[in-house]
Amino acid sequence: MFKLIDNYMIVPNIHLLTVEAPNVAREARPGQFVIVRADNEGERIPLSLSDWDAEKGTVTMAVMNVGKTTSRLAELEAGTSMPTVVGPLGNPSEIDEFGSVLCVGGCYGIGSIYPIARALKEKNNKVFTVLEARSSYLMYWEEKLRGFSDKIIYISRDGTHGYRGHVNQLPDIIESLGVPIDRVIINGCTLLLKKASDATRPLGIKTIVSLNPIMIDGTGMCGVCRVTVGSKTRFACVDGPDFDAHEVDWDELLQRRKSYMSEEAKPLRTSGCEKRGCLTTQPVVR
Amino acid sequence: MAEDKTPGKKPAKKAKARKKLDLDRRDIPKQPVEARVRNFDEVALGYSAETAIEEAKRCLVCKKPKCIGSCPVEIDITGFIECIAQGDFAEGVRILKEKNLLPAICGRVCPQEDQCEGVCALTKKKGEIAIGRLERFLADWEAEQPDIEIPVIPPPTGRRVAVVGGGPAGLTVAGDLIRQGHGVTIFEALHEMGGVLIYGIPEFRLPKRIVKREVDYLEKLGVEMVTDFVVGKTRTIDSMLEEYDAVFIGSGAGLPWFMDIPGENLNGVYSANEYLTRMNLMKGYKFPDSGTPIVKHKKVAVIGGGNVAMDCARTALRLGAESHIIYRRSREELPARLEEIENTEEEGVTFQFLTLPIRYIGNDNGWVEAMECLRMELGEPDQSGRRRPVPIEGSETIIPFDAIICAIGNSPNPLIAKTTPGLEIGRRGNIVTDEETGKTTKDRVWAGGDVATGAATVILAMGAGRKAARSIHEYLGSLPVKS
Ligand SMILES: Cc1cc2nc3c(=O)[nH]c(=O)nc-3n(C[C@H](O)[C@H](O)[C@H](O)COP(=O)(O)OP(=O)(O)OC[C@H]3O[C@@H](n4cnc5c(N)ncnc54)[C@H](O)[C@@H]3O)c2cc1C
Ligand SMILES: Cc1cc2nc3c(=O)[nH]c(=O)nc-3n(C[C@H](O)[C@H](O)[C@H](O)COP(=O)(O)OP(=O)(O)OC[C@H]3O[C@@H](n4cnc5c(N)ncnc54)[C@H](O)[C@@H]3O)c2cc1C
Ligand code: FES
Repeated sequence: MFKLIDNYMIVPNIHLLTVEAPNVAREARPGQFVIVRADNEGERIPLSLSDWDAEKGTVTMAVMNVGKTTSRLAELEAGTSMPTVVGPLGNPSEIDEFGSVLCVGGCYGIGSIYPIARALKEKNNKVFTVLEARSSYLMYWEEKLRGFSDKIIYISRDGTHGYRGHVNQLPDIIESLGVPIDRVIINGCTLLLKKASDATRPLGIKTIVSLNPIMIDGTGMCGVCRVTVGSKTRFACVDGPDFDAHEVDWDELLQRRKSYMSEEAKPLRTSGCEKRGCLTTQPVVR
Repeated sequence: MAEDKTPGKKPAKKAKARKKLDLDRRDIPKQPVEARVRNFDEVALGYSAETAIEEAKRCLVCKKPKCIGSCPVEIDITGFIECIAQGDFAEGVRILKEKNLLPAICGRVCPQEDQCEGVCALTKKKGEIAIGRLERFLADWEAEQPDIEIPVIPPPTGRRVAVVGGGPAGLTVAGDLIRQGHGVTIFEALHEMGGVLIYGIPEFRLPKRIVKREVDYLEKLGVEMVTDFVVGKTRTIDSMLEEYDAVFIGSGAGLPWFMDIPGENLNGVYSANEYLTRMNLMKGYKFPDSGTPIVKHKKVAVIGGGNVAMDCARTALRLGAESHIIYRRSREELPARLEEIENTEEEGVTFQFLTLPIRYIGNDNGWVEAMECLRMELGEPDQSGRRRPVPIEGSETIIPFDAIICAIGNSPNPLIAKTTPGLEIGRRGNIVTDEETGKTTKDRVWAGGDVATGAATVILAMGAGRKAARSIHEYLGSLPVKS
């Protein structure tokens, strides 16, 4: 059992969950994830690590409320416990002295891009961080990110903060920075990953995405997480989750993520991520 | 032996030989077909005490029983059968458990026809003793007794062993070492112990309460169990070696194979592991009461002919689908347990032999809707001695299916191999071990079960665990005594 230390809604629909998991905290690296269960009868779902404290033995995840399990997680109160928090899984993000790196985060990815920005800064990169959300009130962790970013750029759908639009603004943003960007790293929901990937492709900048197909075990045992990258089948949980965005078969990935859509709707009261265009402004009514 | 030659003994021997051969292998009661295809309860119900005694009395108690030599762990089979015949079940259990830690499981899942029952003196007369059923009978009888005996465990040696993986290999090592007074901790990646016994083999063939009972028993003996712990990720073997005197790797063969043909990533195409894990570990068959979703399919093709394929096909059937097994050889070559092949046929699964899928065809939404396949014929025998299937030219056909389950095999997961320097890995991703001791090429590290042999059987995994435990115990004994 893993004790929940803290759980609160940081912005509408996104909860920050901090759990005692000393073994995970000790080994955690940027870009890795855990698999959790909210209760004993529950599904296993993957969540990226947004932060951790090896000394205190805690890990923090930003959870976007899209369905049954994420709703259950949102309801859990500090002091109670979760039956499963296993990890850290997946390969860490590649961190090196790249030069100038653009880190893009949307929805839960604003959280999980944070340790990546931090590690890149510690490797003396110039770090530009882009936060993407529907509206200004859905952005979070600006303060934390500012500590490791040379600049923070905002994109909001409704234009209430920074650029108006979505990640198709990336080419304009990159141009405005006035320095060549050596790498783009994107975390967030699948549609955002795909759109951002489409946006950087013509620029020829190496773009890394953290893919989020459906997973069960997270150790390479079931194969449900298979994605096609560079026309090869890969298991995202063990070969990824980071992949070269421009080699990903996005149509297949979006298709595969819908495998259980109608089935999952059954135990649901709320609609799924894709249905609501992922970047909803409406808090989920519970 | 000299006495055997004395004339006085002869009449007795003759009397035995003259005993009328009873070739009526007693049937095991089963759930009726119509009922069982609609539930997930166990199919075979087990012998009553009377039937078990009748069946045991048929045993000729051979002087040189071949069955014992064909058992991978050399259970004293005639010994426990004689006990059953005399109604002394407690003594039968004791004899059985001397060699087999998990009889309730092996009695249900061992391929007896290839082992003990295959060489029984009555096999040629088609009346082989139902050794597996008798084994199961004893184990189930014991489980019903009020108090299980907890053996006296010697004082702690102060030595500690880490076991990776909670499948039959790991459980056996843990059980054997804890009884020698060593401290044992099992680290399991999933949220439940049991390995394939929990996440793979379905409830209707091996009820999960039976596996839990064995796991609980080990916990009572003092084995520490840590779930949700992926060795190689949560902690490396090298780091564990700093804290433990020895490490045993029993991580199984959990990496699913695909055929690498077009359309395999369509929705509705599963690995057997995914399909069975959703059903068993995650209790998908109770969906939506359980959280893990499953899709209701109408017509399912299972590719393969082993136990895994039978389990998938029978699971699909129970969820209301029309279920087909697609196998590239013929019935004779099916590698599954005979009893399960018969059960599968009885339940109405269709077998399409000599058929090889070459492509899956999807609809506009990315869901599989058909399979293109080739007809095969059997050619010359290959290395395995089975006749090699050869495609018949121009025999392509398209058959509609809305789900495909790929059950063509598994190999060891490379996760531990990749994170453990000094471990020699074989061509098929298996950890190389000394067959007699389970020793790997890395100091203080042993391995056994499917991770060493590739996908095999429960009893072989157990046997390997037993050998490794013996070798680990020897090694720990050679160390200076800890205060
Ligand atoms: C490596 C990895 C890291 C992830 N990190 C995070 C994270 O840090 N925070 C976070 O909130 N989410 C993260 N996700 C996504 C998260 O796992 C899913 O949102 C979650 O599984 C949905 O579960 P649910 O039971 O609440 O929804 P369900 O009831 O299962 O599904 C509701 C709807 O959500 C959508 N959905 C299902 N699976 C996924 C998925 N894997 N990703 C996105 N949408 C999905 C489907 O369209 C479905 O209709 C990550 C996924 C992966 C693979
Ligand atoms: C569907 C199916 C049906 C079968 N039917 C039969 C049958 O009827 N008769 C028969 O004899 N055999 C059968 N088998 C084969 C048999 O189950 C296996 O040979 C046996 O379970 C192997 O035991 P093991 O202990 O080596 O590995 P497993 O049972 O595979 O156990 C390995 C365990 O290690 C865990 N693990 C893996 N990696 C790690 C890690 N890095 N860290 C921590 N833990 C890890 C796994 O989660 C798993 O729990 C069947 C197999 C399947 C899949
Ligand atoms: S989640 Fe099962 S193999 Fe990746």
